[in-house]
Amino acid sequence: MIARLALPRVALYALLGLFAVFVLVPVYLMVVTSLKSPAEAILSRMWHLPGDLSLDAWRSAFATLRPYLVNSFQLAVPATVLSAFLGSLNGFVFARWRFPGSEIVFNLVLFGLFIPYQIVLIPLVVTMQSIGLYNSIGGLVLVHVIYGIPITTLIFRNFYARIPQELLDAAKVDGAGVLSLYWRIAVPLSLPGFVVVGIWQFTQVWNEFLWAVTLTSAGQRPVMVALQNLSGAQIVEWNVQMAAALQAALPTLIVYVLLGRYFVRGLLAGALKE
Amino acid sequence: MSTTARTRPGATSEATPAPARRVRVDRDRIVTLAMVAPSVLAIGVFVYGFIAWTGWVSVSNWTSFVRDLSFGGLDAYRWMLTDFRYLSGLRNVIVFTILFVGASLLMGLIIAIALDRSPRGHPVWRTIFLFPLAISFVVTGVVWQWLLNPSAGLNIPLANLGLEDLPLWYVSTTIVPGVTWGRIEMVVPLALVAVVIAAVWQLSGFAMAIYLAGLQGVSEDLREAARVDGASELQIYRRVVLPPLKPMTITIIIVLGHMALKTFDLIYTMTGPGTGYVTDVPAVYMYESTFRANQFARGAAISMSLLVLMLLLMGPAIRARRKVEEETAA
Repeated sequence: MIARLALPRVALYALLGLFAVFVLVPVYLMVVTSLKSPAEAILSRMWHLPGDLSLDAWRSAFATLRPYLVNSFQLAVPATVLSAFLGSLNGFVFARWRFPGSEIVFNLVLFGLFIPYQIVLIPLVVTMQSIGLYNSIGGLVLVHVIYGIPITTLIFRNFYARIPQELLDAAKVDGAGVLSLYWRIAVPLSLPGFVVVGIWQFTQVWNEFLWAVTLTSAGQRPVMVALQNLSGAQIVEWNVQMAAALQAALPTLIVYVLLGRYFVRGLLAGALKE
Repeated sequence: MSTTARTRPGATSEATPAPARRVRVDRDRIVTLAMVAPSVLAIGVFVYGFIAWTGWVSVSNWTSFVRDLSFGGLDAYRWMLTDFRYLSGLRNVIVFTILFVGASLLMGLIIAIALDRSPRGHPVWRTIFLFPLAISFVVTGVVWQWLLNPSAGLNIPLANLGLEDLPLWYVSTTIVPGVTWGRIEMVVPLALVAVVIAAVWQLSGFAMAIYLAGLQGVSEDLREAARVDGASELQIYRRVVLPPLKPMTITIIIVLGHMALKTFDLIYTMTGPGTGYVTDVPAVYMYESTFRANQFARGAAISMSLLVLMLLLMGPAIRARRKVEEETAA
């Protein structure tokens, strides 16, 4: 009996281990390569551990990426805050304060989740040029906030749907209007919602590439475009490229490691319409 | 009372509203509308208005750096349907979507079932499997471009193992089985498999997370009952565990499918269009026609076709999910 049970258990761990290797191999390669000196960062020693640790690649990558990392923070932080705020306003109304046709309007907003963004790219570039926000971080913030509305509204709507109706009714009897219900009851109860949406939007905005590459040039580029340009340049050594890729990925990875629970909740909240 | 109801349709739900109350309700209605108006307006313009605008560009004479929005007919669409690169890209994006979503579903399900059997260190495993979701496609592209480079990456240990015919990964120009339809070779360009591997690396964790959430909803009692009835573990999975996962499967298809159809950054960083356009996709072609070649009408036509593709996938998927929801609600 024990032998019969033991075998699937072994198979179970073998399976998990195999998949973990698949997931971790790129990380191993990135980390060891980024810590190698140029002399060691060669194909024949690609899989080897670094002989002696060198931080040169990290320094050199950071010197190149620093202005773009700053751009990305200046983009992602305000875009995230504004997205969360708008999403919570919308979510509260669509969950708790329906108006005639609100379900239809909500679905029309939700449709924005599914459009391939190429479909709005040309008008977007033209519009940004004509309102003077082309090639500016502010313009990118605006774009991320607007196209973030569908997902942030959806997540907050699911969140606010869980607030007990009695709580709102009680406050209503006391004469509270919609704004005080929102500020005094909904917002304090939805702090986890703000965390979920915040992580979600920060990750999305930080990692985004299409808007960044079409709406900015030169010094205004966010870090992902800078990284892509760096990897396109043939002369850059692998150790510098891997260090740069790690640095570009680090902010979202840190958020994930610190707040992983909320990150997963965001995934589920976005995907499972309740 | 009835006249009040007619003139104040917003307040009819209250049987006998006190005047003060009615003012409150009306003010609330205005405040509510003001809360959502900016967002609704923005979506109206930036989604629906812009789609219409792109539609107009696709039939305009805007085919150079000079913006010309006069009506030009269906030239761009006619061009598109005979253009080798566009048709190759269309084949690629369909093949990519099927392979990538299929592989992610399978992998996600297997890992979710494994994790659901509560192995030791469950949170650690989960953290490992989910972290690629926090990473950008650009980073994934940069790393996998190196890992699947025919003269570097995985091929180095494979060569050390004595393997003679090393895979060419994304550099391969082979298309299997190589049935030609018009000028386009159909079915699977091998180079795309390399991109699928990178995409599965990044996103199979999503499928896993959704399935895991679904599996936690399958009651242990039900499984125990089946076990008592003498069902084998395999039968339990086929009859008890897997059927309730159908809504999760549809959800994953919707989310990953629409990501696959608009894939741009991964291809752009990892492979580019590839020799003979074996890894090109319409999203990349749209970007290059529009912003590199100034063929705005063509770029707009390509993106219109992407929207149609999306509707073709999303329509049935969303309807299927609604049906499943109704069934489970009933």
